[in-house]
Amino acid sequence: MSVESLFPRLEPLLPKVQKPIQYVGGELNSTVKDWDEATVRWALMYPDAYEVGLPNQGVQILYEILNELPETLAERTYAVWPDLEALMRSEGVPQFTVDGHRPVRAFDVLGVSFATELGYTNLLTALDLAGIPLEAADRTDEDPIVLAGGHAAFNPEPIAGFLDAAVLGDGEQIAIAISEVLREWKAEGSPGGRDELLMRLASTGGVYVPKFYDVEYHQDGRIMRVVPNRDGVPTRVFKHTVMDLDEWPYPKKPLVPLAETVHERFSVEIFRGCTRGCRFCQAGMITRPVRERSITTIGDMVEAGIRESGFSEVGLLSLSSADHSEIAGVTKGLADRYEGGQIGLSLPSTRVDAFNIDLANELSRNGRRSGLTFAPEGGSERMRKVINKMVTEEDLIRTVTTAYSNGWRQVKLYFMCGLPTEEDEDVLGIADLAKKVIKAGRDATGSRDIRCTVSIGGFVPKPHTPFQWAAQCDHETVDRRLRALRDALRSDKEYGRAIGYRYHDGKPSIVEGLLSRGDRRVGKVIRAVWEDGGRFDGWSEHFSFERWMAAAERAFADEPVDVDWYTTRDRDEHEVLPWDHLDAGLDREWLWQDWQDALNTVEVEDCRWTPCYDCGVCPTMGTEIQIGPTGRKLLPLTVI
Amino acid sequence: MQRLRVRYAKRGRLRFTSHRDISRAVERAVRRAGIPVAYSAGFSPHPKISYAGAAPTGVASEAEYLEIGVNRPCDPRRVRDDLDASLPPGLDVLDVVEARDGNLADRLEGSMWELRLPGVDPAEAERAVKEFLAADLVEVERLTKKGMRRFDARQAVRSLAVVEGPGITAGQETVQPCVILRMVVRHETPAVRPDDALMGLRLVAGFAPPSPPAVTRLAQGPLDAMTGEPADPFAFDRAGGDR
Ligand code: B12
Ligand code: SF4
Repeated sequence: MSVESLFPRLEPLLPKVQKPIQYVGGELNSTVKDWDEATVRWALMYPDAYEVGLPNQGVQILYEILNELPETLAERTYAVWPDLEALMRSEGVPQFTVDGHRPVRAFDVLGVSFATELGYTNLLTALDLAGIPLEAADRTDEDPIVLAGGHAAFNPEPIAGFLDAAVLGDGEQIAIAISEVLREWKAEGSPGGRDELLMRLASTGGVYVPKFYDVEYHQDGRIMRVVPNRDGVPTRVFKHTVMDLDEWPYPKKPLVPLAETVHERFSVEIFRGCTRGCRFCQAGMITRPVRERSITTIGDMVEAGIRESGFSEVGLLSLSSADHSEIAGVTKGLADRYEGGQIGLSLPSTRVDAFNIDLANELSRNGRRSGLTFAPEGGSERMRKVINKMVTEEDLIRTVTTAYSNGWRQVKLYFMCGLPTEEDEDVLGIADLAKKVIKAGRDATGSRDIRCTVSIGGFVPKPHTPFQWAAQCDHETVDRRLRALRDALRSDKEYGRAIGYRYHDGKPSIVEGLLSRGDRRVGKVIRAVWEDGGRFDGWSEHFSFERWMAAAERAFADEPVDVDWYTTRDRDEHEVLPWDHLDAGLDREWLWQDWQDALNTVEVEDCRWTPCYDCGVCPTMGTEIQIGPTGRKLLPLTVI
Repeated sequence: MQRLRVRYAKRGRLRFTSHRDISRAVERAVRRAGIPVAYSAGFSPHPKISYAGAAPTGVASEAEYLEIGVNRPCDPRRVRDDLDASLPPGLDVLDVVEARDGNLADRLEGSMWELRLPGVDPAEAERAVKEFLAADLVEVERLTKKGMRRFDARQAVRSLAVVEGPGITAGQETVQPCVILRMVVRHETPAVRPDDALMGLRLVAGFAPPSPPAVTRLAQGPLDAMTGEPADPFAFDRAGGDR
C-alpha cells in the first residue's frame, strides 16, 4: 500500500495562508525515505507552530536516530495555524507531515513531544484533522499508536484518554526499542491487532499504556489507587536514562529551516540532568543524575554541526551550562577554534554563582555579546532558601559587576511569583535587588548606560518535585504582587528608568497548574476547551482563561472536584497523586522530606560535590553521576 | 574587494520563501560553502550580501539577483557550484560573474513574467488581454505599507499575450490544463506586479480566474530597445574578459 503525497491538494491552499513556507518542508538535512521500503513508520509531532517546533532538539534527535534505522522511517508534523486549519477542513485535506506530505493517519506511530502542557489542545486539533478518533478507546487497527514523550509525559494523566501510550525520560534508546517491537509484531502479521501491540509495549516495563490501568477514587474526589487491569502489566512504569551521551552525539545533521524560527542556532547539549536541587524545577528532578558529554565530543559535534548547517551561533545547552566540569576548556577551546570566524557562543542557562570573568571573556571574544540571563528566581534570601536556589545577594552583585565591567550593558533577571510561603515583601525584595544591580553596574563602569530587565511569571507546582504537594498561589494574589512590584520599580527616581519589567499575569499559570497536576478527569476539560475553539494555549493572543474556566465548570459539574481543588489545594503526605505509578526514580519519602525542609528553610547541597543524599534516583534506575574532568583539550581545527 | 554577482532561481515549493527567508538561507549557505564573504565593520558585523528586487512570496523565479562582497578573489564558476550545493534544492544558483563597474540594480529595468491560470477559457483570456492593451490607463488598488494605494497598472506593461504551449515550468506540482499569460513589465514605483495586472484584467474585462495563478519570473534585465524584452544583465560584466 503506497501512500500518496498530499502536496498537490495542499499547494493551492498555501497562497491563502500566512507564512506558507512553514508547511512545505525541504529543510536542509531533512529526509524523505521511501515509504514502501520501510516497515515501521513514525510521524513525530511537536504540538506547536513550526517556528517553535522545528528547533526542538528532542524531535530532531529522534527523527535522525529513527531514520538511521534501515527499516524505519520518520517524518515530522507540526500544529497548523487556524487559517490553514480552516482551509484544510473545507477542502478535506488531512493533517500531513512536512517531509513527504503524507497523511498522519497512514503512519504506525504518532510520537508527540510535550515540553509543556500547553500543547494539549493542539494535539486534539492534529488528531481530528488527521481523521484519528480523539479518544484512544475509539481507535481501530487503521489508526496509529499515539505516543507521548517529553517532560510533560511524566504526568500524562490529563491526556491519558487521548493517548495510547507514553514514554518517560530520554527517548533515544526506547524509540529504537519501540520500533523493534513494532517491526517484529508486523513481521508476524500483526497478531492480536492494536491491543496485542500495546500489550507487548507495556510488558517491556518502559512504555506506559494508560488504558491498562484503572483509577479508583474516594468519595471526596481524591484518588484511592491506580492499578493494572490485566496480567503482565507492570504496576509501575520507569523513566529511561541514556548513560553515555558520547555514544549518542545527536543531532549530527541539524535541520536548517527556511522559515524563521525561535532558535536560529546550533545547540549541543553539554550535559543532561541537574542536581543543584532547585525545588521548583521539574526538569532538574526528573533528569537526574548529571551526565556530562565530554569536551572532545562537544568539540566534534560543534564542528560537524556548523559545517552541516551554516549556523553562526552555537548554543551550549543544559539545565545549568556553566556547571560542566570543563566549561572553561570548552568555551576557550571553541572561542580559539572560531576566532574571527563570525561564530557566536551562547550559554542559555547560566547560574549566577557559576559565572566568572573567564567565561565572560570567552563568550564575548568574537565581538558579539549575546544577552546574559540569570535566574535568582526568588526575591529574598529567605525565599531562595525555600526553593533551594542557593544564590546569595553577594553572588548576584559580584556576577553582574563582572558582566558590566566586561562590556555588557544589559542583563536579564528571572524570577517567579507565588512560590510556597511567599509574602508580599519577598516579591518587593526584587525591586531592591534590581536597584542594587544597577548601582553595582554604575559603580563598576562609571557609566549610566547600564540596564537590567526583571522578568517574572507565576510559579506552577509540578509533579515529581518536592512542591508537588504545595498549594498553588491564586491568580489574584499573584497579580496583586506583580502590580506592587511594578509600582515599586517605576516609582524609583534614581534607578526606575534603568530597569525594564516584563511579567506574565497569573491566570495562565492556573490553567498550567490544572494541566500539570491533573488526573484523568481533567481530560474532559481539555476536550471541552478544544471543542469550544481552544488552540495554541501557549500564545497569549490565542489563550482564553475564561474559556478554560467555563469548560472546567461544565466538565466538573458532576464531580466532587473543581479547578481550585487541583491547583490551590495543599495535599497531605499520603494522598495518592495521579502520577505516583510513574517512576522518575525519586524516592517519595525523600521528596516529602525535601518539602518539609523547604518549609523550614533548610537547604540541600549538590550531590556532584558533596556526598550522595539518597534522593533515590541512582539506586532505583541503576545509574550514577557521569562527570569529568577528562583533562583533554580542544585542538585547533586544521584549515584546508 | 571583489564583488560577485549571482543569478539564482526560486523554484517549486521554495517559491513560498519570503525575501527574509532567502537572505537567511543565503547567509548560511555562504558560510557552509566556505566563501570568504566580507563583513561590515561595527558592533554587529553583517555579511556583505545585497539583493536586487526580490520576487514576492509565493512567486517562482528563474531570474533573481544578488551580489556578494568577498575578501579574497574567487573563481566565479567555483562559487556557483559551491553555493548551489549549499543551498536547498529549489534555491538554485544559475550563474555567477565577477562584477565590473556599475550598479546591478540599475540594470534590472524590467521583468518578464509568466502566469499560469488553471481552469480558464483561452478565448476569454484573449479577449481580456486585448481590452487591457487597448486601454490607456487601468487604475488598480493595492494595500501597501502606507495604506491603500491607487495607481496605473497599464503603462508599465510593455507587452502582454496569451502564449501557446507549456512554456517554462515553474516546478508546479499540480498538473492541470491552464492558460498561460506572458508579460513584460517595466520596473517603476510603485512596482506593477503580476497580481496588479490580473486585477487590471478583472477591472477592464471582468476576467476572474477561479483559482490563484502560478506565477514565475522568467527574466530580469535591461529592456532591449529592439525586442522590448529583458536582456542579460551580466552581459556588461562578462564583456570585461572571458573568465
Ligand atoms: C531550548 C529551550 C527552549 C527554547 C526552544 C524550545 C524548542 N522548540 O525546543 C524556547 C526558548 C523556545 C523555549 C520555550 C519554552 N520553554 Co523551554 N527550554 C529549552 C531548554 C533550555 C532545552 C530544551 C532541549 O532542547 N532539551 C534537550 C532535548 C533533547 O530534550 P527533550 O526535548 O526533553 O527530548 C528528550 C526526551 O524528553 C525524549 N522525548 C521528547 N519528546 C519525545 C517524544 C517521544 C514520542 C518519545 C518517545 C520521546 C521524547 O527524548 C528526547 C531525547 O532524549 C530546556 C532546559 C533543558 N536543558 O532541558 C527548557 C525547558 C524545556 N523549557 C521549559 C519551559 C517552561 C518553556 C516554556 C513553557 C517557557 C514559557 N513559559 O514560555 C516555553 C514553551 C515553548 C513551547 N511552546 O513549546 C522548561 C520545561 C518545564 C518542565 N516541564 O520542567 C524547561 C525544562 C526549562 C526549565 N528548567 O524550566 N524553551
Ligand atoms: S541518588 Fe544520590 S548521587 Fe544519585 S542523583 Fe540522587 S542524590 Fe545524587
